Amino acid sequence: MSKLKVNNLSCQKGYNLLFENLSFEINSGEILKVSGPNGSGKTSLLRIIAGLSSFESGEIDYDSFKLNSDAYKLDFLYLGHLATLSPELSCIENLKYSSLLGNESLENDYSIALKQVGLEKYENDLVGTLSAGQKKRIALSLLFISQSNVWLLDEPFSALDSKAIKIFEKKIEEHCKHGGMCILTTHQECNIENLKEISL
Amino acid sequence: MAVRNPSSFLNPLMFFVISISLFPIAISPEAETLSNMAPGIIWVITMLSVLLSLNTLFHYDFDNGVLEQMIISHHSLSLILLAKTIAHWILSGLPIIILSPFLGMALFLDSKSINILIVTLIIATPCLSLIGSIGASLVVGIKNSGMLLSLLILPLYIPILIFATSAVSHAQSNLVMDGQLYFLGFILILSLILTPFLSALSLKISLE
Repeated sequence: MSKLKVNNLSCQKGYNLLFENLSFEINSGEILKVSGPNGSGKTSLLRIIAGLSSFESGEIDYDSFKLNSDAYKLDFLYLGHLATLSPELSCIENLKYSSLLGNESLENDYSIALKQVGLEKYENDLVGTLSAGQKKRIALSLLFISQSNVWLLDEPFSALDSKAIKIFEKKIEEHCKHGGMCILTTHQECNIENLKEISL
Repeated sequence: MAVRNPSSFLNPLMFFVISISLFPIAISPEAETLSNMAPGIIWVITMLSVLLSLNTLFHYDFDNGVLEQMIISHHSLSLILLAKTIAHWILSGLPIIILSPFLGMALFLDSKSINILIVTLIIATPCLSLIGSIGASLVVGIKNSGMLLSLLILPLYIPILIFATSAVSHAQSNLVMDGQLYFLGFILILSLILTPFLSALSLKISLE
């Protein structure tokens, strides 16, 4: 049973204090939605937990792993609001590249992951030729092969149609039912069961 | 990726070839004048064309968000950046080394000097990419950072320029040039050891 504990976290960007003394905890099987107006620090919070940004004060504890240690990084999957795809590579090549950087096995059947998101016809097409929604689907298809325990998803449903949103909501629920945990930010309504919410 | 987007490495290479071939027209077609200036011309243009290609080293990966994934990857960021820098050298430095004998001949360099020119390029062009990677990682989030990158990196390129051109000039005058080559070798070893860590550190700071 894993637990991610954020204690008295404060973050400042320039002269703007985004949030102060933020505390919450999330256990295996739980999904946390971070809400708040634009500029309230949702993305900054996810980036801090992912180890991308620094913070002013507070602590982050995940199963007593040190923040940014290899063991910590291995358990986290962060998908930012950028597509994290190279336009010169095909859909399959992008998935292989992402797997290589993450802790996913290269033995994965990437075609199945693309089939799950309805893009099996495009597996050899260059990502640069696809629409924004299709790019987002490819980026999120990494969820179907991810072996990470904690998913940090920044605006995962932007640019997606309702059918795709349902597919990924189901996948997030499934991941958490199997002992994973997920923190996501979104401005859209989520139809996910047992969703915890914090506001910034 | 470079094969699918060839302009990223062809543009600096075209700049290298075109700039050098303009010198005989602009200055003088005389063999003696050109051969005296050849080491300086070839090395300055090499430096500028590598500088021109440095913008693409991390720029596309930053725009796509792939750099963020590299930073949070459990693999060593220094090693990932070293691999990217080696790929950059293969696309920017290696073609220059291959083309340099022909451009050396166009500038009336003798065969011994061309050999030494190739040796200096083999030793020092990886240094240009390695040292350049520090600057490229520092300015990665800044738009239109070409001038800033030049200001940051060119002073660090000066020792390489001095020793490389001096080695070729000594070869032309049948003087010993071992010292210059050893010094370039020392810069290469130092760059290989230090720059991946410095680039990784700079990149983390830039992306915060």
